[in-house]
Amino acid sequence: MLTESAQFALILAFLVAIMQTVIPMIGAARRNPVWMSVAEPAALTQFFLVGFAFAALTHAFVTSDFSLAVVAANSHTDKPMLYKITGVWGNHEGSVLLWVLILTLFGAMAAVFGGNLPATLRARVLAVQGSIGAAFLGFVLFTSNPFTRLANPPLNGQGLNPLLQDPGLAFHPPFLYLGYVGLSMSFSFAVAALIEGRVDAAWGRWVRPWTLAAWLFLTVGIALGSWWAYYELGWGGFWFWDPVENASFMPWLVSAALLHSAIVVEKREALKSWTVLLAILAFGFSMMGTFIVRSGVLTSVHAFATDPARGVFILMILGVFMGGALTLYAARASILESKAVFSVVSRESALVLNNILLAVAAFVVFFGTMWPLVAELFFDRKLTVGAPFFEAAFTPFMVALAVLLPIGALLPWKRARLARAMRPLWPAAVLAVAVGGLVYTIQTGRSMLGPIGAALAAWIFMGAAIDLWQRTGRGGFGTKLARLTRLPRADLGRIFGHGGFGVTIFGIAAMLAWSVEDIRVAQEGETFSVAGYDITLADVRQEPGPNYSAIVADMDIARNGRVIARLQPEKRTYNVSRMPTTEAAIDNGILRDIYVVIGDPQQGGGWAVRTYVKPFANWIWAGAIIMALGGLLSLSDRRYRIAAGSASRRRRPNQVPAE
Amino acid sequence: MRRIVLAAVIALSIAGAAGAVQPDEILDDPVLEERARALSKTLRCLVCRNQSIDDSDADLARDLRLLVRERLVAGDTDAQAMEFIVDRYGEFVLLKPTRSGANLVLWVAGPAMLVAALLGGFVYTRRRAAAKAPPPLSAEERKELTEILGD
Repeated sequence: MLTESAQFALILAFLVAIMQTVIPMIGAARRNPVWMSVAEPAALTQFFLVGFAFAALTHAFVTSDFSLAVVAANSHTDKPMLYKITGVWGNHEGSVLLWVLILTLFGAMAAVFGGNLPATLRARVLAVQGSIGAAFLGFVLFTSNPFTRLANPPLNGQGLNPLLQDPGLAFHPPFLYLGYVGLSMSFSFAVAALIEGRVDAAWGRWVRPWTLAAWLFLTVGIALGSWWAYYELGWGGFWFWDPVENASFMPWLVSAALLHSAIVVEKREALKSWTVLLAILAFGFSMMGTFIVRSGVLTSVHAFATDPARGVFILMILGVFMGGALTLYAARASILESKAVFSVVSRESALVLNNILLAVAAFVVFFGTMWPLVAELFFDRKLTVGAPFFEAAFTPFMVALAVLLPIGALLPWKRARLARAMRPLWPAAVLAVAVGGLVYTIQTGRSMLGPIGAALAAWIFMGAAIDLWQRTGRGGFGTKLARLTRLPRADLGRIFGHGGFGVTIFGIAAMLAWSVEDIRVAQEGETFSVAGYDITLADVRQEPGPNYSAIVADMDIARNGRVIARLQPEKRTYNVSRMPTTEAAIDNGILRDIYVVIGDPQQGGGWAVRTYVKPFANWIWAGAIIMALGGLLSLSDRRYRIAAGSASRRRRPNQVPAE
Repeated sequence: MRRIVLAAVIALSIAGAAGAVQPDEILDDPVLEERARALSKTLRCLVCRNQSIDDSDADLARDLRLLVRERLVAGDTDAQAMEFIVDRYGEFVLLKPTRSGANLVLWVAGPAMLVAALLGGFVYTRRRAAAKAPPPLSAEERKELTEILGD
């Protein structure tokens, strides 16, 4: 009964979304306030309907209702409650429904917080958002219905993929989707502005918080995914340039670019047309990512061809929205003329350079991801574009970005002198070179990645610190310190964002350059030494888990004769799928991780044991957290709250002030 | 059902990633072993999803790892060993595509795009620098501004 109501709610939401698209759009064109006012209640209704459907699906998973095809295929009564809930989005149908839920959530938020927008812009933004909702609700209803019943329900389900039964991966999709779908707001604003024919500083200010939120969720989502890969896949890799990863990385790069160009629109009313284009493309990459993940096209062209319904549907959505938006852009972009004047050396130009590097880097990732498909279709060559290509083709862009970042962040608006902007930065530059040199002499004869990464990280990190100190203005130490606590949140956000980027660069360089690996056969009780640590394989035994059985090893890590940690790596075999997974055990530290994996029993006795010492591994994700924190700080800046506050005041114009 | 099987196959190929090189594969000569590892990182495990043979637990990956080591022990240079494998498995096995033929487009696309974007950006900023400042606010706009700011 609940399931049928949920099905009905989805159909109703689809109809509401169509209404939300058509009526406010016509209303805005005719300046009809009644028609325009349909948008907000429609957006809220759509959200509540989809929310109800999602809750009903969650209920089906929690109560193990195997009469639903998705539940039967992806759940099992023995599964822990947490994974019954996260299992809702651990499959195609459920994850698309989550996607739509978040889409309608953003639409509802725009309806609630959009009070300060001009009426026509608000109606148009919500109408465009409604059209995206209609398209994806159509996708759910016509190709991926989660509420399909089975005629003969099985006694128990087939279980969730064991790899997904992990907290890191369980919460990876919701964050990623918040990011992907958050970009739909920037898209809606861009298309609405093109229809309005007006992009000004206020538009930049409205778009920025949505982009910031999307970017910050993408950062967290990508970091979670990479952290999961690090501890779960069993050899400490953290990024594989897999098409599915690239699908989330491209929107991240483009939204980072959009974040910066929207500043130029907001502060200087320049780069308007480019920012609108980026906003369109950012969501385009999001949908492209959804297409890549959901259609299976890149796993194999043939897998796609045998079951093309879903892929073709998303491709059609992508084609209609990108084609429509870009056509509109081509027709209207000329009216978005910039008025600002700035010299070739200025913060504006530095941000243009930032955008060029980020956008071209995203393009390189896109090209590399799509090339195998292009080569197969047009040149009849079956080939692979893997990590070595991306490392060679992508890294230079990040190095250039890192070199330019601290300088750009200190350049003043309008007109700048390079020598003058560099003056406070020289100590940072000298320090960075010294750090690089020092690392080079210490490590002798290893990859140059280490020294270069360390130098760049020091440069960015010091640059961010100097940026912070410069913001406190002139005066004595005490006054500067006092001003430090009162800095606008946006400034702190910038400094955190940039500093976090430096930390991540260092973590990645250190991990790639200085990891130590040891693979061997160890007998129980045997002690061996890796990179200065003495490791003892104390015991190996069989242990049952809730829905798996495991081989558990006790390994003692000692340094200079003192035991610093007991690690228990596992090798699990899940009862339902019979699939083995490796649970590495990690002794986390600020300066290094010790990462141990227990392998198979060997024929001559003993166990295959892998040990890795990964220097500064945690800095990669710490940097991502600092970046996300920067986004959060920037999002809480006073000017966004003021804008919301003044709107509520403006809405009651007849009120007499109290004083 | 077919989809479930497919999902299981993909999942297995990822799960197989549980640390690849087995202790018994490692060569006694550390220099040769180092070279074998470096080559392994650029060779694709053909039955996996975008994984190098160095990362994969699949049987085929193990066979390829042993083959690489065999060639190196037999005295092949890195290039000869790679050529030997590409001859047998096709260029699909290379994680870093060659620069031959149409692939040149792949390698040149990024740098070419960068040059074009830099030129475009430079022309744009030059034009902005030469542009005339906008006219001052009209009386009406000024009135609107004080209204907003004073509110």
